[in-house]
Amino acid sequence: MIGSFRAGNISWRFIRIWNRNVLVYRKIWFVNFLVPLLEPVLYLAAFGVGLSALIGKVPYRGEELPYMVFIAPALLAITMMYNSFFENTFASFVRMYYQKTFDAMMATPLSLEDIIAGEIVWGATKSVIAAAIMLAVISAFGLAHYPYALLVLPLSFLGGLAFGTAGMVCTGLVPSIDMFNLPIFLFITPMFLFGGTFFPNSTLPVWAQKISYGLPLTHLVDLCRACCLGQMSDDLIWNAMYLAIFFVLLFPLALIVMRRRLIN
Amino acid sequence: MGENERYIIEAAELRKEFGGITAVDGVSFHLVPGECLGLLGPNGAGKTSTIRMAYGFSPITSGSLKVFGMDISSRPREIKARIGVCQQDNNLDPDLSVLQNLEVFGRYFNIARKETLDRALQLLKFMSLENRKDDKVTSLSGGMMRRLVLARALINNPELLILDEPTTGLDPQARHQVWERLEMLRANGLSILLTTHYMDEASRLCERLIIMHNGKILVEGKPTDLIRAYAGDHVVEIVNPGTDVMEFVNTNDLVHDSLDHRVIIYGRESDRLFEVIGDRFCDETCIKRLATLEDVFLRLTGRELRE
Repeated sequence: MIGSFRAGNISWRFIRIWNRNVLVYRKIWFVNFLVPLLEPVLYLAAFGVGLSALIGKVPYRGEELPYMVFIAPALLAITMMYNSFFENTFASFVRMYYQKTFDAMMATPLSLEDIIAGEIVWGATKSVIAAAIMLAVISAFGLAHYPYALLVLPLSFLGGLAFGTAGMVCTGLVPSIDMFNLPIFLFITPMFLFGGTFFPNSTLPVWAQKISYGLPLTHLVDLCRACCLGQMSDDLIWNAMYLAIFFVLLFPLALIVMRRRLIN
Repeated sequence: MGENERYIIEAAELRKEFGGITAVDGVSFHLVPGECLGLLGPNGAGKTSTIRMAYGFSPITSGSLKVFGMDISSRPREIKARIGVCQQDNNLDPDLSVLQNLEVFGRYFNIARKETLDRALQLLKFMSLENRKDDKVTSLSGGMMRRLVLARALINNPELLILDEPTTGLDPQARHQVWERLEMLRANGLSILLTTHYMDEASRLCERLIIMHNGKILVEGKPTDLIRAYAGDHVVEIVNPGTDVMEFVNTNDLVHDSLDHRVIIYGRESDRLFEVIGDRFCDETCIKRLATLEDVFLRLTGRELRE
């Protein structure tokens, strides 16, 4: 059967799926909080203390930034990507495939589209929670510039929607859970390395810079860096637009592939 | 329920195809309020496909299917709000406790939090699970899980309960526990549609049965009527029958099934010839018994394995 996009099937009831996931998250909140709390400390210790001495300052948009100041916002963007992408790949896949949670939900007034929307909004919520915790840590190191740094929170929701939706498309397509290694290797890891995260992508050849700006994380990193540095500029609207359009295009695709996968 | 809702479920020429295979091939049936209707059939007969269409899980290929007088394709949400479903897999939420499974499920129906909790506690009591309410569902036995699935299907006070093989894989004690609950629900007027391949389950719970085979309905009727019509009253099974038995059976034109090492002869209570067989040919290798639904089932759907 050919999948179809049924936006009309989405209702506010998707909040019930979100509620369910919040309830489960709260059960092990301590573990869930620990990772975003400690991860930036480890990164900042390794890169900040270890590498900083070797690297010194990094050129960024005509300025010379200390290495810690340069990478802290990138860590935020990476956390947003990981939390939403992994939630809507591995965790959603377990609920869908192994636990048959979606099957049980579909015997209630919920539609498949409600379920997928609820999962994606939940993935974005995890991105917000992790970003908020990490922002607190980064702020403690004096690496966030307020009040602009608060914009990281709405940004983490937008970034979470974009990467969570990309994850959900993968979940609709992969034949088995091990196959997630492929999109991680081809999509997530290259962004982690080349998205302007650990070195400015202005040091790359022009063609590589162009590829880098075709990827969503690069835009999210630019936005996070602007917020943390407190340097707002008009061109940031295009970075945000990119993420919004990425989400808007992929969301119907996620619904189509999941409908094709689960409804037969 | 409106005046025009004579039937809880009304299916006409219902078909379901999956990638070239016809799982349900032009099936028509109905379920009247307060009735328990059983769908029987060997594996692959189309039972599960039929009921999956009835609870809006699987879109219909052609034909029409109305539940509570509404078209399932156009009004699935309204219909699903009024039915309770026990799918074949337990699919309880392993991330939640026993009580939370019911509470969260009630919220999917948009039932108020307080009302859901009251109802959940009531149902746990009904299913004798109240002292396990805070346990993880993975710690429950198979029978307890099934009872919890049944409780979950009742959280929205459904007018129709749909059960896909409700007792498959349970031990006899656990099966009887489930049956007792289902009988109480039936006594309260709940309409039930179930699939099973246990004949004792079908004859105990269902007023009316449909036997399906290869996606089509073979026969339909009350269990006792089906037995009388297709297997008679009494059955004699003779192991390693001699030629004299077979000759007698053939010359008297008796209804029988000839297997490799066994002949099964079906007869009426009033059948004199049947008595004669008992006297003339029966020694210790011979079993006389009442005809059962299993005889009907095997006669209609064949004896070969379905794998």
